[in-house]
Amino acid sequence: MLRWLILPLLLLPTLSLAEEVVLGLSSDEVSITTRFDGDEILIFGAVKRDTPIPDGPPLQVVIAVAGPSEPVTVRRKARRFGIWVNTDTVEVDRAPSYYTVATSAPLEEVLSSTEDLRHKITIDRAIRSVGAPQDIQDAETFTEALIRVREAQQLYQHLEGAVAVDQQTLFRTEIDLPANLTEGAYATRIFLTRGGEVVSSTETAIDVRKVGLERWLYSLSRRQPLIYGLMSLAIAIVAGWGASAAFRLLRER
Amino acid sequence: MLIYLPIAEVSVNAFVLLGLGGMVGILSGMFGVGGGFLMTPLLFFIGIPPAVAVATEANQIVASSFSGVLAHFRRKTVDLKMGFVLLIGGLIGAALGVVIFNYLKSLGQVDLLVRLCYVVFLGIVGGLMFIESLNAIRRANKPQTGGPRKRKQRGWVHAMPFKMRFRTSGLYISVIPPILVGVAVGILAAIMGVGGGFIMVPAMIYLLGMPTKVVVGTSLFQIIFVTGFTTLLHATTNYTVDVVLAVLLLIGGVIGAQVGTQIGTRLKAEQLRILLAALVLLVCGKLALDLLLQPSELYSLGAAGGH
Repeated sequence: MLRWLILPLLLLPTLSLAEEVVLGLSSDEVSITTRFDGDEILIFGAVKRDTPIPDGPPLQVVIAVAGPSEPVTVRRKARRFGIWVNTDTVEVDRAPSYYTVATSAPLEEVLSSTEDLRHKITIDRAIRSVGAPQDIQDAETFTEALIRVREAQQLYQHLEGAVAVDQQTLFRTEIDLPANLTEGAYATRIFLTRGGEVVSSTETAIDVRKVGLERWLYSLSRRQPLIYGLMSLAIAIVAGWGASAAFRLLRER
Repeated sequence: MLIYLPIAEVSVNAFVLLGLGGMVGILSGMFGVGGGFLMTPLLFFIGIPPAVAVATEANQIVASSFSGVLAHFRRKTVDLKMGFVLLIGGLIGAALGVVIFNYLKSLGQVDLLVRLCYVVFLGIVGGLMFIESLNAIRRANKPQTGGPRKRKQRGWVHAMPFKMRFRTSGLYISVIPPILVGVAVGILAAIMGVGGGFIMVPAMIYLLGMPTKVVVGTSLFQIIFVTGFTTLLHATTNYTVDVVLAVLLLIGGVIGAQVGTQIGTRLKAEQLRILLAALVLLVCGKLALDLLLQPSELYSLGAAGGH
């Protein structure tokens, strides 16, 4: 009898350990090279459990990949003097530069809104916007626009049903990374849910960075802008001169 | 072949860039224009951020003008003294232009400024060129009537103080007008990413009264230093010079210019000019439409904080 009283207490902090994620990534590094035009990452894993598969609603998987968060300025155009100009501006305090949510079934089946709120899983929850200017009444339309623009650029993706779950144990999905990525650590979170409640979660990071020439040029342009500028001029002059000299040689033959 | 541009942070087809450079190069070889005023808007159209397009184009102009100015030095058709006076104005103008550029960037209006400048200048230049070449064709068809027009010898330009002797140009005029011309060109270079030859050359001929044979060499001399200075200012304040983009455009541009020079010698000048005028007006029209028509997406994103 005593055992049944203690068990819930024991389970409380370790509840998430009843079913645990063993995770694999096709690669935990994305290199932006000169030839980079996007990448695809395979996220797969298995559910480790010591007990048989529990009864009740089936196991669902939610995977969220988030790029580094930054403040973003959202501007709205309006017609002034016959032309379209930026008029209203709202600063969104934090918005991930990239965000993809992949689920194993329609979102409302796999995640309750309280759990979504707690773990900040969907895109709306991942964006933080407070303190819009007083004169702008419809600040939330700016956040919606931010999501819309980034969805059009494939930077925000909503992939319902894209995670394949096999025997409530194995799962896999593919995440598309577009070419216009920001550098940084891409936090990858995997949630196991049952009946909308998160039963387990794990987190890892995918490292996205420019490499080689790209990295060198980019960091030089930020750290030593004057030297970078002089170098750009020198390279361009030499390249222009070289190309015209080569062409002249070719014609004289 | 897609190539990732490190500063613009977009992936573009390298052949598109080489082709664009080549096309604008052919035009600049055919018509003897710098081509910056066509290249920068074309870069907007293929999705390069305007700030990067302007700064990178300045970098490219330095390089494409370099071999030109060397040729003029060999032929001794550069008025160095006038060049330096224009340059002083140019550097002041470029600094002013970058300050304006950065201020409007912090307000989120820099795209508007650049596009408006392009619509206005392309409209004026294209329109004038179109009318001029239409008249030229009409004149060529009719028998010549009347003698050549007399040029005004003494205007307000000659009434100003601080006179200086420019031996190569054979002029004795005040330094104020050339400095003002330089300032105007410098501002345009910084805001529009152009060399400004299309403004400076007419100003030198009609306003300052310089002999035509030294005009091109002298303007190239000034353009190199002003656009070079502009490149450095953009590189150090905005970090928007993309050297990979510049080199790709340049290689296409240099080859195109050689081809264009060959074509240009074989075709009729008036018809060529009407073609160029039509092209300039077309680009102008496209930019104007973008400003006038309701955009499909009213919202745009920018990095926060006035950098």
